[in-house]
Amino acid sequence: METMALTKLGPGKNCRIKKINAGMMATKRLYEMGLNTGSKIKVVKNDIGPVIVSIYGNKIALGRGLAEKIIVVN
Amino acid sequence: MNTIALVGNPNSGKTTLFNALTGSNQRVGNWPGVTVEKKEGSIKYKDKQYTIIDLPGAYSLGSFSEDEIIARDYILKGNPDVVINVVDATNIERNLYLTTQLLEMGAKVVVALNMIDEAKAKKIEIDINTLSQKLGVPIVPTIASKRKGIEELVSKAIELIDDNVDYKAHISYGESIDKEIENIKAVLSKFDLDYPTDWVAVKVLEGDPYVISKLEKDYALNKTSFLKDLREKEEDYELEIINKRYEYINRITREAVKLPEEQIETLSDKIDRVITHKFLGLPIFGLIMFIVFQLTFAIGEELLGGYVAAAVEILGAGVENILIRINAPDWLISFFIEGIVGGIGTVLEFVPLIVVLYMLMGILEDSGYMARAAYIMDNIMRALGLHGKSFISMIIGFGCNVPGVMSTRTLENKKDRMISILINPFMSCGARIPIYLVFISAFFPNHGGIILFSLYFLGIFIALLMAKIFSKTLFKGESSYFIMELPPYRMPTIRNVLRNMWDNVSEFLVRAGTIIFFVVALLWVLAMLPVGVEPYSQESILGKIGTLIAPIFAPAGYGTWQAAVGLFSGIAAKEAVVAILGMVYAGAQEGTALINAIQSAFTPLSAVSFMVMTLLYTPCAATLGAIKKETGSLKWTVFSALYSFAIAWLVSVLVYQVGTAVGLG
Repeated sequence: METMALTKLGPGKNCRIKKINAGMMATKRLYEMGLNTGSKIKVVKNDIGPVIVSIYGNKIALGRGLAEKIIVVN
Repeated sequence: MNTIALVGNPNSGKTTLFNALTGSNQRVGNWPGVTVEKKEGSIKYKDKQYTIIDLPGAYSLGSFSEDEIIARDYILKGNPDVVINVVDATNIERNLYLTTQLLEMGAKVVVALNMIDEAKAKKIEIDINTLSQKLGVPIVPTIASKRKGIEELVSKAIELIDDNVDYKAHISYGESIDKEIENIKAVLSKFDLDYPTDWVAVKVLEGDPYVISKLEKDYALNKTSFLKDLREKEEDYELEIINKRYEYINRITREAVKLPEEQIETLSDKIDRVITHKFLGLPIFGLIMFIVFQLTFAIGEELLGGYVAAAVEILGAGVENILIRINAPDWLISFFIEGIVGGIGTVLEFVPLIVVLYMLMGILEDSGYMARAAYIMDNIMRALGLHGKSFISMIIGFGCNVPGVMSTRTLENKKDRMISILINPFMSCGARIPIYLVFISAFFPNHGGIILFSLYFLGIFIALLMAKIFSKTLFKGESSYFIMELPPYRMPTIRNVLRNMWDNVSEFLVRAGTIIFFVVALLWVLAMLPVGVEPYSQESILGKIGTLIAPIFAPAGYGTWQAAVGLFSGIAAKEAVVAILGMVYAGAQEGTALINAIQSAFTPLSAVSFMVMTLLYTPCAATLGAIKKETGSLKWTVFSALYSFAIAWLVSVLVYQVGTAVGLG
């Protein structure tokens, strides 16, 4: 169990969302799109540009600035 | 008439379902006061007519965007008799989030469990009976793209209209929040609210700015310390409530839905590995855009545009024949041919171009590529102070700036949207091409390609430069975060593509049609008056306007009244420029006479300078109209007209003066 920013995880890694440190508007939006605390996500792509994560096969692209504020445990 | 509202997440197949339900029986309008599209249709069931309202796609019914507010206000106040909630079966938990909110509102809900075939392919097992029982709402499995389950869905929905069951979900938000809700309800019960009390109580705890400001304004609740107390607590509650809703959903899905242990790698995933690839993504995007343009101009302009032009010519000749036969005076014939038929022709010749462009864009959108394109472009656009989605409006602008400006509606953030609107006119629209072509054939017949390319490139360069400047000056602040769902790739359905194309084209026809038609007719009048002058001469009103403003353009190398008249008419409609130049220079609308006249009136350098001017200067009246509508501000419309003129003048003068200095003149 290690806590880190989502951007630190490479493709193929699974993790759970622990906390989102973004502003309330963005955090709420993420929650409502299924990225709430405790949800299980898988990193699909993380090189340049937005990070792509998958929640049970549903892919969402997240700007890097935002992804850095998403704290996950693996 | 009873009404049925359609609600669902973006990408849930809601639009496809709406099209399948209503067929061609639909109309598009606007929700009052906002630029969000309102789609309405009707269906017949057992000899009764029902209205179907397609509400904007939303992940939630909060107040994040105009779309969400419209959807929830309609459900709460428009009182639809029943709500069809489209749920994407492959993404069931997230989609049920919206469902719980509908149930909190006490709406009568039928769930259309859509794309059930894709869920099966992904090995997602859904026990529909258990799910329906636990949620307390009827569920009908559907495959909207194949029109399966539609009949049953309609009959279930209509059955529910006369049913008086209470569908309100009783979600527990945990002890402390539940207690707080009861307290708020006690305070609110003294007021006669527009919305259900327990719903308002939850929204207050969620810190919903819209509901809170309504309470403050309409019910003077700020006078009590009630809201202030809450505001301190709401921080903790806001997200907790969302988590509780998911817990509620999880309890239900745990029993009714079985997800596969391992996610199966789908074809979509494989395609994405290439399309969104670090190095390949951008070249592929470039290639797709290149193909879109080639097809748009080859099919839309050269092929179909030619037919339309020919048809307009035949119409003109027909009208002329009739007028001559009835001995109409010359001025009347001229008015009909150059004014009215010319005006109609200007609009119609443009239609094939945007028909093709919109069909191609629709295919990209429906297939799921557009979301990837926004993803790929986000890095570049962000560096320039824009949002990944902004490029879509820029691309549409290459066809025509009117739909380009309209398409900025998909940007949620005001800053992103304003910048995208203001830079759109620098995208060289199709109407400017004929102007370039005349000058190219007069001076650079062997270098047409490179000149056209340079002009487009200059337009993009100035647009991006201005975007950067605007984001550092007039519109400071963060671009909104990039959060975008990447839906699975799907085969585009012809019905959706055609429908979407027609909605956009008909809006263009109405908007641009009325303006372009009007201004082309007006230009004709200006060229004919005062009575008795030689039409299109320097003595006409049009010629006098040209003479008046011509000196402004002298430093750019074309300070003649004719060139000024051409540019002046371009503010009315860029399509008019070539025809007007033809009339003032050669007495003919186009052809060799015009090219010869231009060769003697311009030099190669002033021709380049003039093309740069037409590329960058004030947008046409139709585009200004669109800017006015989309920004809702006369100030920004005037700003757009003036700043682009200033930039165009500067660049054009720069080209001419530097060119002269280095001996190109």
